[in-house]
Amino acid sequence: MTALVAFWRKYRRNRAAVAGLAMLVVVLLAAIFGPLVYPTDPFDMVGRPSSPPSARFVLGTDVSGRDMLAGLLHGARVSLMIGILASLGATLFGLIVGAIAGYYGRAVDTILMRCTDFFLTIPSFILAIVIIAIFRPSVATVTLAIAAVSWPQVARLARAEFIAHRDREYVLACRALGMSDFEIITRQILPNALPSLLVVSSLLVATSILTESGLSFLGLSDPNVISWGYMVGVGRTVLRVAWWMPAIPGIAILLTVLCINLVGEGLNEALNPRLQRR
Amino acid sequence: MSALLQVEGLSVRFPTTRGDVAALEDFSFEMREGETVALVGESGSGKSTAALALSRLIPESTGRVISGRVMFEGRDLLALPVHDLREVRGRRIGMIFQDPMMALNPVFTIGWQLAEPLRQHFGLSQRAARDRAVELLGQVAIPAPEQRIDQYPHNLSGGMRQRVMIAMALACRPSLLIADEPTTALDVTVQAQVLSLIKTLKDELGTAVLLITHDLAVVWEIAQRVIVMYAGRKVEEGTAADVFDDPQHPYARELLRAAAFASGGDGRLPEIPGTVPSPFDMPPGCRFAPRCASAREICRAVLPPLKSSAPGHAAACVLVGSAVP
Amino acid sequence: MTEPILAARGLRKSFSIGSGWFAAPDQLHALNDVSFDLYPGETLAVVGESGCGKSTLARCLAGLTDLTAGSFAVAGADGRAFIRDDALRFHRAMQIVFQDPYASLNPRRTVRRSIADALRLHRMCKREEERARVTDLLLQVGLSADYLDRYPHELSGGQRQRVCIARALAVEPKILVCDEPVSALDVSIQAQIINLLKDIQRRRGIAYVFISHNLALVRQISDRIAVMYLGEIVEIGAAAAMQRTFLHPYSRALFAATPVIGSRQEDRMRVPLTGDVPSPLHPPSGCHFRTRCPFATARCSEEKPALREVSGRLVRCHFAEAMSAG
Repeated sequence: MTALVAFWRKYRRNRAAVAGLAMLVVVLLAAIFGPLVYPTDPFDMVGRPSSPPSARFVLGTDVSGRDMLAGLLHGARVSLMIGILASLGATLFGLIVGAIAGYYGRAVDTILMRCTDFFLTIPSFILAIVIIAIFRPSVATVTLAIAAVSWPQVARLARAEFIAHRDREYVLACRALGMSDFEIITRQILPNALPSLLVVSSLLVATSILTESGLSFLGLSDPNVISWGYMVGVGRTVLRVAWWMPAIPGIAILLTVLCINLVGEGLNEALNPRLQRR
Repeated sequence: MSALLQVEGLSVRFPTTRGDVAALEDFSFEMREGETVALVGESGSGKSTAALALSRLIPESTGRVISGRVMFEGRDLLALPVHDLREVRGRRIGMIFQDPMMALNPVFTIGWQLAEPLRQHFGLSQRAARDRAVELLGQVAIPAPEQRIDQYPHNLSGGMRQRVMIAMALACRPSLLIADEPTTALDVTVQAQVLSLIKTLKDELGTAVLLITHDLAVVWEIAQRVIVMYAGRKVEEGTAADVFDDPQHPYARELLRAAAFASGGDGRLPEIPGTVPSPFDMPPGCRFAPRCASAREICRAVLPPLKSSAPGHAAACVLVGSAVP
Repeated sequence: MTEPILAARGLRKSFSIGSGWFAAPDQLHALNDVSFDLYPGETLAVVGESGCGKSTLARCLAGLTDLTAGSFAVAGADGRAFIRDDALRFHRAMQIVFQDPYASLNPRRTVRRSIADALRLHRMCKREEERARVTDLLLQVGLSADYLDRYPHELSGGQRQRVCIARALAVEPKILVCDEPVSALDVSIQAQIINLLKDIQRRRGIAYVFISHNLALVRQISDRIAVMYLGEIVEIGAAAAMQRTFLHPYSRALFAATPVIGSRQEDRMRVPLTGDVPSPLHPPSGCHFRTRCPFATARCSEEKPALREVSGRLVRCHFAEAMSAG
């Protein structure tokens, strides 16, 4: 428990990070409870199309008369879910690849890293589109596609961490005790690598949300769910007459990504013992 | 002979997340021209802090000098404007460090790096600076200096890099050389060479040397005067002969016994029980009292002032002058 | 005549450095034909400077690095086979303490868990007894139970080294390889740790391979001393005999170069050793030390000297007899 308290004390020294965290909590609460509190189906046409924000529709309606607020709340769920799951998937896979490559080195490292490089040379957005095109666009395939293009950077970071630690004396001491490689990787080195991975993972949530927004903007995401990117895409054509239509979901994306980045930076400073702050 | 360097009441603090740490407290000493003085201590003694603080090498974000004066050749280094300070550093004061790679830039040849201070401080031309650099390399006993001059630091061994650093520090014939653990990272045989070199050069050039080290045997090799430090304060000061033959402060006494690695009758090495106090938890009174076999009540209450036992030999202990226990 | 607890014969270790597609990789000869015996309860010091191979030796003995050639027997059983077939038992018999106490403990594990790792791995005790065992080990190394739940960053260098020793002792080894265990510590703490190691040796009868660069220190605490240069043992014998004088020119130079309070360098050696240690990638032909030896002759570059017995010790020099006389 004291570790958590110590961590929080370090974290809260960065005011921007605390603000980011607060905003993120708001977004999370909106995503979890919003659609329960405000049960309007975002696909229902409930009002006059393109009506500006008013007392009845707090955020107005879109070109088809759908409630923008409902869209925003449901979209939050979708964006966050895809963002978090994609990030988790990428982190898990990247960690495994990077850990094995970093710890064992030599031939294993070379093979794994060339595979990683292969993924890195292909523009990730295009690769994501290709993957989605192969399967039917759905929340699952979008999540998978985003994870598939994001894992290489995690792998690189994990590899660097494992390379740094594998020759440290404490690892040598464990080997001299006869500890198995598996135990060394999972129970000895991994806890040391976790802080950096956590930071990258949290930033990945942000980029995943952006990627998903981009994909649904282009109409490549799951057609059965409303997401922020989709709303921006729909509202793009009427930007000049109904600016709130693309702007509101756009600002939602902006704010969410911003606060995730702030939280990520805050985590980095709080978890990284080498960074010194005055 | 007037004092070359006069340090008065130097105190340095490092701010940390847990509060301010007083790394050096009320440190004063003098050096005359051509003298070799050693600052000896273990970790946390403040010796490195003192050396770095002298020439204002502690970055603002890391530590602050909160009081004191450093009179060098008549001027207070701590009050000098930066432009004048740069004149002093390199030209009048040279520094060598434990790790030569700290002073040597890996992407420039050693010739270029040696010539740089010569061009800067003396305005020598490229040609003249290069010739002088070759000469300097020869002075520090680097074989085939004309070839070495165009090599990069990574082409040289540790001992040679250390010599290049010495050459760089002495290039402008400074009146003071500050050597911060110059041989700690070197092999014993290389250390012997470098110490021999420092001794020769300082005699030839008449440079005063302030040597910072934890190795008492090295102090014995080259220092004329010794200042022993403990937990940020000076605890004993005197000529090498005085301090080594008749140490007055209990810490100095124990340190000398431990450093001699001479086992007692039972095969055990003499040890000092306990550890250096944490800077966050400094005992009031004498800082060595918790580990001192001769500690009295008064030692724990009041910081002992420096007391002279003989001309030029003083120790910060209440027992100075009384019969040795 | 007791059997040696560790018998090393012809240990050889080479590293391949840099492999291009067309050039054969260079061979770095870290260890070259190293042989020695270690008897139960004694301390064999291995002394040398950088590049002499002492750290490589430590790691090979502890089973961390494979040998290129040679063998060593631990309590009679062939070491290399031991590591291959019954690694856990090998590591129980042979433990190691490293130089850098700051890197030798996992920063994210408490003292208790680091030591418990060793106990659990070798099933030294039942789960319920673990805490008591760890506490007992801490007491044996001079730390109290207060340290159980501390993290390494809360400990001083000396305290960390004690924890490392406790961890090594947890498996009740017969041999402890100490790779410069006190070099990174303050002088006043060095004595504490050395005295601790000696106490433990007296109590448990563990044999030590004590690696150091500090000749003055090892002369005090070892039973036998081996001096290494560029991967080879150049002199090995009883510490008591070597107290008076060393026979190999390198051992002499090393000893003379070690600063000692009370004597000046100029008195101990007329001329400090010149030059640097040759690169282990291309060691000199014949005797490795000939490039820096003030007594080198033509024979030294042609014929490699073997370790031979002179004046009660083994010396690798053609002119050892002359050394012992003059």
